[in-house]
Amino acid sequence: MHDANTKNGLFTPGNIITGIILAVGAVITFIRFTQGIGAVSNLSDNNPWGIWIGFDLLCGVALAAGGYVTSASCYLFGMKRYHSAVRPAITTAFLGYFFVVVALHYDLGHPLRLPYPLVLSQGTTSLLFEVGLCVATYLTVLFVEWSPAALEWLGLRKIRNVVVKLTIMLTIFGVVLSTLHQSSLGALFLIAPGKLHPLWYSSFLPVFFFVSSMVAGLSMVIFEGTLAHAGLHHKMDETHLKEAEGVIFGFGKAASFVLAGYFFIKTMDIAMDNDWAYLGTGFGAWFLVEMFGFVALPSFLYALGVREKNVTLVRIASINAVLGIVMNRFNVSLVAFNWNLPAADRYFPHWMEIGVSVFIVTLIITVYRFIATRMPVLYEHPDYKDAH
Amino acid sequence: MNRRRFLTLLGTAGVSTAMSAVGAKKAVAAGNQSFKGYKDSYGVLHDTTRCIGCRKCEQGCNEVNKLPAPKVKFDDLTVLEKSRRTDSNNWTVVNKYNVAGLDHPVFRKQQCNHCLEPACASACFVKAFTKNPDGSVTYDGSLCVGCRYCMIACPFNVPAFQYEEAFDPLIQKCTMCHPRIQEGKLPGCVEACPKEALTFGKREDLLRIARDRIRNNPGRYQDHVYGELEMGGTAWMYVSGAPFEAVGQQEMGTKSAPEYTAGALGAVPMVVGIWPVLLTGAYAISKRKEKVAAEEREEAVQAALAKARDDAAKAMDTALAKAAKEKDAAVTREVKKAIEQAEQAFEEKFAALRAEGQSAESGDDGEGKEDA
Repeated sequence: MHDANTKNGLFTPGNIITGIILAVGAVITFIRFTQGIGAVSNLSDNNPWGIWIGFDLLCGVALAAGGYVTSASCYLFGMKRYHSAVRPAITTAFLGYFFVVVALHYDLGHPLRLPYPLVLSQGTTSLLFEVGLCVATYLTVLFVEWSPAALEWLGLRKIRNVVVKLTIMLTIFGVVLSTLHQSSLGALFLIAPGKLHPLWYSSFLPVFFFVSSMVAGLSMVIFEGTLAHAGLHHKMDETHLKEAEGVIFGFGKAASFVLAGYFFIKTMDIAMDNDWAYLGTGFGAWFLVEMFGFVALPSFLYALGVREKNVTLVRIASINAVLGIVMNRFNVSLVAFNWNLPAADRYFPHWMEIGVSVFIVTLIITVYRFIATRMPVLYEHPDYKDAH
Repeated sequence: MNRRRFLTLLGTAGVSTAMSAVGAKKAVAAGNQSFKGYKDSYGVLHDTTRCIGCRKCEQGCNEVNKLPAPKVKFDDLTVLEKSRRTDSNNWTVVNKYNVAGLDHPVFRKQQCNHCLEPACASACFVKAFTKNPDGSVTYDGSLCVGCRYCMIACPFNVPAFQYEEAFDPLIQKCTMCHPRIQEGKLPGCVEACPKEALTFGKREDLLRIARDRIRNNPGRYQDHVYGELEMGGTAWMYVSGAPFEAVGQQEMGTKSAPEYTAGALGAVPMVVGIWPVLLTGAYAISKRKEKVAAEEREEAVQAALAKARDDAAKAMDTALAKAAKEKDAAVTREVKKAIEQAEQAFEEKFAALRAEGQSAESGDDGEGKEDA
């Protein structure tokens, strides 16, 4: 990763790749909005939701859970030693949610009507309504939570001080809203028991989605920390660098425990629904890969890494866990969804759908770099030391 | 009983009657009751033993709903060789099933089943779907955001989307010819069917007809009316000679779609109500811990300070005492020294005088002088 701000010119390899992705993304965007969803996707009547929902929405929201996880542990549960991790986590969460909403515009037939459920006709019996309401509210909360970074950068001390006073209330809002919409994303599939494979379908889907979002949040803080250290090390202040190791081990330990609990409740669910027989099938094998390779294994790696004080191992575990979250969301929304349909009617994404997702991720990274190289995210603003 | 007392009693009775009426109405909503559909709503009974797969219903649907002309003409029956589903231009399709143990194929028509409690309407976050009192489920495209959650939710895979439409893509599905029913006409497909495989009527009557057919024709039908209870009941119902699974009709369970999501939706106000309390509690605990820790730290510091002060005072006292002692000792020593010196000086002087006297005694009377 190259810093866009350094003096060695704009044409660094990182910037060139970024530029190409952004250009291709712009072309696909043009096609999508002039010729329709059918022109750029393999979505069909049987498969109305593809990776724009499975990855951009479900994974995007889950992986942005670092915001509520970190701010809650620091401000509500009194773990002040994670303070330096809060700003980067809130920043990525805000960007994550913002771009989830941006990505949603590609998937919606009438993107401009996105505010309809909020202002025109409230479909309160729909879990998607709950998701929409919570995501819209939480995006606002995240924006306010994140704004001190921008306000310090702009030197607007008065507004900044007012916002900082709201921290505790905003954090509580954030946890309530996250509990609701993280779980509701799982609950979206409750209405389709006949379409989702029994190993993944459960009346506890909302609980599974919420619990695994904590894993996603904890792991993403570690994983993003790894990336930021690689590319933006020079932007970090002494406190951030000093606390970074504590964050890695503290969050790693928490993730290990949550993953173990998640493994346990998932197993209990198989027992409650008596789905054991399915484990012998092809889908069963795939389910076991998810459970052992991407739940049990990262839990173990985290535990080992924390015990041995091995930063690299914890980082590997975080990648393992993040991949596990992506895998789970893909399984629920795509792989195990419509499992009854013949192979010919199943969905595989069009390259332009993947192109849009890559475009969105690149946008997030680019904007994060812009913010982190300018605003006090990875360091405390010298004028506002210990003020928050 | 006087008049006033009578009126009071009357009034009380009236209020309590009114209260119980309101109460009873509310209790229905919260009680152990289920919605069995609008009374006198319509439906259609599809008898697959009568269907010959002529596709006239598809044509009828296409014409009355003014759908785009088909790529393959409706009298071309070769399309039946491939399994099809409803799409944005075809709101109903007939499929052919070769069922094991039967010497002839079975044809089954599919379209929207018009659930009594529709999954699509329950899933729609802008209330674009309406379950009408006539039994039909209709859709208002002017509200639709195009999220396609209705398509995810529909257990029968009915709603279709206009993926090729760039600017106004909408959901398309059978309306049970709601506008025609309002005019007193039959749905297009029912009117077009030459074999009376489709019967339009009140749902309750259709159920009775279906049961009569099953009872009066032993061996001809499966003993089941598909749609009577499936997904909480549907307006379109089916009787079949072949097992329903064999003609592509999955077992559904009898729960209506909203029952699957009611629990999760009901948890929302619980989370909103209790989470802030618990979280504020967690905050208060951590804050209190910090405060106690700070107080303890302060106390410890104070204690240490006090001890240091005490120690210092003690040391000072000792030092002072020692100093006083030393001073005394020094004074004594000095006095002693002075006395000693004085004594010594006296001795020396005395010795000198004595020596002088002795020498004078030898000359004049030195010794006597001294004695005096």
